[in-house]
Amino acid sequence: MSSVPCNTGNDAAPFFPARFQDVQEKRASVLKHIARSEHLAEVRPASRLEVRPRPEMLSTGIPELDVLTGGIPHGCLTEIHGPASSGKTSVLLATIAAATRREETCVLVDASDSFDPASGQAAGIDFGKLLWVRCGDFGTSSSVVRRSSSAYDHKANDQQQTTNDDNKTRFQKNSEHRLEQVLKTTDLILQSGGFGLVVLDLAGISEKFVRRIPLASWFRFQRTVEHTKTALLVITEFPCAQTCAAVAVKLDMNKEGCPTLVSPIFGETGWEDSQHHSEPAHVQLLENMRVKAEIVRSRLERKPAQSVKTNFTSRTVRAG
Amino acid sequence: MPFACIFVPDFLVQAIVRAEPELRSNAVAVLEGKPPLEKIVAANEEARNEGVYPGITKLQAELCDSVTLHDRSELQELAAHRALLDCAQSFSPRVEDVAPDTLLLDLCGLEKLFGSSPKIAREISHRASEMGLETNVAVASTLEAALLAAHGFSGVTVVPEGKEPEILCSLPIEVLLANETDSENAEEFLETLQRWGIRKFRDLAALPEVELSERLGQRGLELQKKTCGLSSRTLVPADFPMVFEEAIELEYPLVLLEPLAFVLNRMLEQLCARLEARALAVQELHLELGLETGHQVSHPVSPQNGETRVGQPAVSVESEKTGGIFERTIHLPIPLLDPKTFLKLLQLDLKAHPPGAPVTKIVLRIEPAKPRAAQNGLFQPSSPEPEKLELTLARICSVVGEGRAGSPQLLDTHRREAFEMKHFTPSAQKNGNSSTPKDLVTALRIFRPAIAVRVDHQNGRPSHISATKQKQISGEVLWSAGPWRSTGDWWEHDSWIRDEWDIALRGQAGIALYRLVHDVVEGKWMLEGEYD
Repeated sequence: MSSVPCNTGNDAAPFFPARFQDVQEKRASVLKHIARSEHLAEVRPASRLEVRPRPEMLSTGIPELDVLTGGIPHGCLTEIHGPASSGKTSVLLATIAAATRREETCVLVDASDSFDPASGQAAGIDFGKLLWVRCGDFGTSSSVVRRSSSAYDHKANDQQQTTNDDNKTRFQKNSEHRLEQVLKTTDLILQSGGFGLVVLDLAGISEKFVRRIPLASWFRFQRTVEHTKTALLVITEFPCAQTCAAVAVKLDMNKEGCPTLVSPIFGETGWEDSQHHSEPAHVQLLENMRVKAEIVRSRLERKPAQSVKTNFTSRTVRAG
Repeated sequence: MPFACIFVPDFLVQAIVRAEPELRSNAVAVLEGKPPLEKIVAANEEARNEGVYPGITKLQAELCDSVTLHDRSELQELAAHRALLDCAQSFSPRVEDVAPDTLLLDLCGLEKLFGSSPKIAREISHRASEMGLETNVAVASTLEAALLAAHGFSGVTVVPEGKEPEILCSLPIEVLLANETDSENAEEFLETLQRWGIRKFRDLAALPEVELSERLGQRGLELQKKTCGLSSRTLVPADFPMVFEEAIELEYPLVLLEPLAFVLNRMLEQLCARLEARALAVQELHLELGLETGHQVSHPVSPQNGETRVGQPAVSVESEKTGGIFERTIHLPIPLLDPKTFLKLLQLDLKAHPPGAPVTKIVLRIEPAKPRAAQNGLFQPSSPEPEKLELTLARICSVVGEGRAGSPQLLDTHRREAFEMKHFTPSAQKNGNSSTPKDLVTALRIFRPAIAVRVDHQNGRPSHISATKQKQISGEVLWSAGPWRSTGDWWEHDSWIRDEWDIALRGQAGIALYRLVHDVVEGKWMLEGEYD
């Protein structure tokens, strides 16, 4: 009578559980070792981690925006973005004016050379405290901005046959060159130190070029201003600093009756209403712009920022 | 009344070594004269050990390979003498300029400031060494004793009062006649004394006065008194003009910027040491470069390796251009005293404005000013350090272009874009524009240059706009206000008349507000900016 070997539970037990037992014994010994370790007391549970101290905040000079964001934090990168005529330059001028009133030294790195000194003076900027860097003058410099891909180059080469495409190529080179200057200048300024507010005005530069700025550059800027008294503010038409921005605010034109027009006949109206009037153009006046601000990112809060909105109004210089 | 004497041995050699410190450990001899009659006029101790003495010809000196022969440079001697004067005047205002290599100082009343006489002597020697001159310094109660001790003993010597004859007696008799102005008479005296077997001061001092005066006259008695350290004159202090200038004539023309920077660095360090000795700072740097003749202005940057060149040899036929002088002036907004900052500023400036030809001569002049004294407040916001700020501004200007970084200053006119860029110097004073505005101001983003547009009208108002180059700005005019006419400068040739419109435009990216301008004089329509 032949006996067929069968895999009973008793036979299998010494094979697998033996390894389990080894593992469990080792784990238990490691846990005992950790429990006896003197360094265990130094390990702090995540629930008891210290809250990072809130940075000193710089007022934007706009009470509604200060209530929404708390201001612009020192030692952090703040991004304000919005499309054309969304009020971002008005916020920029108000912030610089508020900083110069507090006798802080400010820098405006103007990528598209579009700063209007007359608007700056109307906003109350002390020009003695403002260093204005106007990018755009051509010269020789090595590339800092990531170059376009080869496929794009190929496409661009094909398009260079027509005059319009020549203009495009010139425009591309111009934009790339401006961005190179912005990045180099910002590096120099941040390394120099001592400035209270550094503003990078990238509005007016096309989205595809702004997005070519390497993330490493934003990280470098953020790390450079960290633990300093410098507030770095970036103004763009599109969000680009991504996770490096401690606070990101989106601005937009408030479509509900914006801008306000003043007319002696119809009083305050929106432009859509004014189109239906046959009133002469010279009796109308652009009085103010209504801006909608929305906080889209805030790393300063422990909880993820919720979308909070506010509205404020800017008044034109011509309106007095 | 103590006096000090500073003496620079081998002054002609030291003036050259000061400008070229790499020669300091070498045997150096100085040549003078027109070829082929060049002779050695000075040699340092190492060169003398090699057998090169003053008076031998260049051909004889060239037999010693280890000796560096250098042409005499009056510019460098003048600079070294000025440095020596600065060193002396940093200790005492009463200084007599005896010779280019010898100065006498009145140390009366300096003990409270600098300590004892030996300490003052050591300080003088140390400061002269910082300025690149190795000196003999002697302090004595009489002028003659200090003068003779400085010429006779190397290093620092202090001659106590009353012990002059004992200390000076061991000096050779040649030292006594070293400072004589009438060299022929001095040689005659020396020959006479040597014939008598007089080799040391003590031999002359031992001679009987009457017999000495019978043979050498009053001159002999004066010399005998000098050997005992007795003074026959008083100090004649002079007021020297403060000229901070260093100059160097290069043996070989410099083509690249980097070796030029090395030379400039040395000159700046020497000038800053001189200024520091006088407790002054730099307000203005003036660089003058002598350019080599027969070279034309050429491309400043080598395209192959990116090396910045100060000039390249002419490559074209029409290369005969007169060699000139290239000048650059850097005015500092605040007085500074940091040679590294100055060097970097000069480097950046020369990179932006290359001389265009090889450099053969460098003159660096400094306008001094009193150092900046500032007291920062405890609660005052931080501002950039002036030294760093100047460098940063220079670097930024090298990136974005000259005159494109600074503070805007509005001009007193209604013309648009009427502003000028001023050098950025953060001031502690508030200006009149620091009041809080009542409302947030709608800013205008200026298009530089303005965008030329084609405008279609309807009922006298702009109805459609299309930019000739930037298609994304074209679109239907939703709303318009205006025109507002402004004119100005009608009494000038460049008078202007313009009509301004505020318009809302529906473009590809959405609705935007622009300022549309009609130049009435030229008949052009332009988008001047965007309300944002």
